[in-house]
Amino acid sequence: MSLDLNNATFRGYRRENGRMGVRNHVIILPIDDISNAAAEAVGNNIKGTMALPHPYGRLQFGADLDLHFRTLIGTGANPNVAAVVVIGIEEGWTQKVVEGIARTGKPVTGFGIELHGDHDTIMRASKAAKEYVHWATELQRQEAPVKELWVSTKCGESDTTSGCGSNPTVGNAFDKLYEQGNTLLFGETSEVTGGEHLIAERCRNDEVRDQFMFMFNRYQEMIERHKTSDLSDSQPTKGNIAGGLTTIEEKALGNITKIGKKCVVDGVLDKAEEPTGPGLWFMDSSSAAAEMVTLCGAAGYAVHLFPTGQGNIIGNPIVPVIKICANPRTIRTMSEHVDVDVSGLLSREMSPDEAGDALLEMTLRTANGRNTAAEALGHNEFVLTRLYESA
Amino acid sequence: MIHFVVHDENDSVGVVVVEGVKAGDEMTGWIMDQDKEVAFKAASDIPIGHKLAICPLAEGDTVIKYGVDIGRVVADIGTGEHAHVHNIKTKRW
Repeated sequence: MSLDLNNATFRGYRRENGRMGVRNHVIILPIDDISNAAAEAVGNNIKGTMALPHPYGRLQFGADLDLHFRTLIGTGANPNVAAVVVIGIEEGWTQKVVEGIARTGKPVTGFGIELHGDHDTIMRASKAAKEYVHWATELQRQEAPVKELWVSTKCGESDTTSGCGSNPTVGNAFDKLYEQGNTLLFGETSEVTGGEHLIAERCRNDEVRDQFMFMFNRYQEMIERHKTSDLSDSQPTKGNIAGGLTTIEEKALGNITKIGKKCVVDGVLDKAEEPTGPGLWFMDSSSAAAEMVTLCGAAGYAVHLFPTGQGNIIGNPIVPVIKICANPRTIRTMSEHVDVDVSGLLSREMSPDEAGDALLEMTLRTANGRNTAAEALGHNEFVLTRLYESA
Repeated sequence: MIHFVVHDENDSVGVVVVEGVKAGDEMTGWIMDQDKEVAFKAASDIPIGHKLAICPLAEGDTVIKYGVDIGRVVADIGTGEHAHVHNIKTKRW
């Protein structure tokens, strides 16, 4: 029997701003590389919290700094996060991120290390984190209609089975969620190269089409500026090529099957920007898995659908990443990483609708609390996108 | 049993979806968009996920998959032969 999405619900956490989260993390968020040690110490002290260390945050400027703040604030603001402790080397940028997260109404406190040192900062931040854990662990899941689930997608270590099997499965699920009025997202600007005309045709109107082509051309110009070859070792990746993908065009055409056959591209976002309404959004983004999923989390997405062919093992600290795979060899050799096996599509034992429904069922189970393979295996890749060198 | 799939009947390549295809094997292919079956003999050993040409392709030809241009042929490819980075290149970048 097919899934009745019209009457389907999920149980998540209703946040202060009305958004529905599917996880209930208390995170310790460093502003900069040198605050990682204190953040990780607090994460170790207080059980039920999670530090999100990263290598950046000093001497960035301009659009690159804006993206840094947008990503950190968006991560803290994500509805999968109940409360946030922010730690930075100095007060100014620390408070900027605290204020950005506080706009959601959720509990957040910041600590600057200067004039205190690590010991005192770790002690004060640990006390705040402990109170947040007590508070967050008493929050209860509540029922909500499917359309309140924000779902993003990006594929990785793709091969030709991605384009025939796992990516169209996401497309089938996206078509069904789009009908429900869900807020959906795709991106990977460099990896639509060769299929950009097909996305342009799917844009809602000329304004959206112009925005999409602006983002696409901006990325192409960056690649042209820096390339030293035809990128045949990077796009497609070595793994893609081992899996049978030959050119970026072939990879792109498989990639864009993730947006299904009916979805319309309703809007375009810059990296880590939050959408302003339901529909399908294109976000300008890196095609590197951990960077892209981190940007999806920062844009406010609660669940991520990640098709793979050769077996990308990525996860994210705050967003559950659901792996879908159609390659029978990957299923045989790496099954612990796969949440939804759709290899039956390629042997004609499963229809596209059955595969899409299997993925949607797993999406709802994940939203209700089932840990994904990546969560169970401890994949917490938090990777910030940089635009250029520090000042 | 399906040995390879083709997205569209006008495509020039199909994708092997089983392990262990050897030169000389008889293969059944499924054309997904038109839901038709076709049969070819493999002319090379082809790993799972890799492509075979389902029509003869000459140097300079455009390769079609999903009904769309995916690159150019840089060395002739016979029907049933392995089609990959040794005989197809991108037209971008």
